[in-house]
Amino acid sequence: MLNVNIIKKGIVIDHIKAGSGYKIFKELKLHRAEHSVALLKNVMSDKMNSKDLIKIENEIDLNLDILGIIAPDTTVNIIEEGNIVRKIAVPLPDKVKGTLSCKNPACVSTIENIENVEFTLVDSGNKKYKCEFCDSWTTL
Amino acid sequence: MLKGRSLIEPGDLSLEELQEIFELSEEIVETPAAFKEVCKGKILGSLFYEPSTRTRLSFEAAMYRLGGQVIGFSEASSSSVSKGESIGDTIKTIGCYADIAVMRHPKEGAPKLASKYANFPVINAGDGGHQHPTQTLTDLLTIYLLKNNFLNLKIGLCGDLKFGRTVHSLVKAMSRYHGVEFYFISPPELLIPEYIKAELEQKSYFETTELTEVLPELDILYMTRVQRERFISEEEYLRLRDSYILDKKKLNKAKKEMIVMHPLPRVSEISEEVDADPRAVYFDQARYGMFVRMALIMKLLGVEIDA
Repeated sequence: MLNVNIIKKGIVIDHIKAGSGYKIFKELKLHRAEHSVALLKNVMSDKMNSKDLIKIENEIDLNLDILGIIAPDTTVNIIEEGNIVRKIAVPLPDKVKGTLSCKNPACVSTIENIENVEFTLVDSGNKKYKCEFCDSWTTL
Repeated sequence: MLKGRSLIEPGDLSLEELQEIFELSEEIVETPAAFKEVCKGKILGSLFYEPSTRTRLSFEAAMYRLGGQVIGFSEASSSSVSKGESIGDTIKTIGCYADIAVMRHPKEGAPKLASKYANFPVINAGDGGHQHPTQTLTDLLTIYLLKNNFLNLKIGLCGDLKFGRTVHSLVKAMSRYHGVEFYFISPPELLIPEYIKAELEQKSYFETTELTEVLPELDILYMTRVQRERFISEEEYLRLRDSYILDKKKLNKAKKEMIVMHPLPRVSEISEEVDADPRAVYFDQARYGMFVRMALIMKLLGVEIDA
């Protein structure tokens, strides 16, 4: 059994569907983090049989939209003095801003420098979002 | 309230707002002289990032016939865009001079982006293959004036139904009215897309490859161009081409009161011999396009005719 120490202050991203941990790690750019970060894969879980888990020993701003799109139903635990002080459930977001980019080459967002393009969820099963400018559907 | 709003896609307007625009358009058609000074002192910014002579002239004629004036450019190379200016900066600058703007752009969503920066109305005059709401208004006004209402009409749409933006918008707009039935007439290569049909009730449409089969049923026939390059095989193109050309002989099968519409330009899909038939209304349609743009400009600027 692999052991990773309890963190004193930071964030634990829990209940990640097994196999999605690395994608979240990468999308949140945690490989560039300067503090201690642990990615645990295939951890035994009563609820999910097997899950992934990320521990971050620091307070950072997390893009919860990315988490919601990659792995909805993930839980974010905020840790202080070794205890969970807050639990945040992360659902699949209805709208996201600045997280996705439009893949339609004819879209104006591909030539203009537009901050925070808004995408609206149109197909929750396939996690497809509609671009506010050209209406085409895209995924992360 | 339409004053101060932008028009980016047909769905921006409620059925009541459309009705307001059509009623005003009808007044303008009946007494155009009464409107010749309502926009005196107002300026339309005409921002055409790609050439579109027909739409541009229709908008500019509309503004001049209301007594207003027009500034702008008719292709991107003659504007500061060629120096790399952003859409946001261009529209904010135009806002220093004009009261309302119309924008044609090859990129999808460009007019919507412009409207986010503008503190005055922006009208989408076509953004790539995306939206062209004033063409839809033109089509709807033609139906409103020549058929008196939108209810329970049987509309045949013939030709390229796969790539035709005009057809997609018209189907979406007409499906908002009760009892409308669509007859989609196209070769198998150019079928109406599934996502358009998905928004229609199952019993409200019928698909066929034969124009003559459904022609006697129709109240409206909306013709579009079938382009050679859309076909995979040359043989198939040659086989089907003639069946999508409307001529006098085929028109004899249609009702006396049916109307033939076309967004223009026409190439060969309607024989010139059809032009003399009173049912051929495509040139009236182009004229109504100017009147509906006059009404739209008035509504968005919030100007009214003196009582």
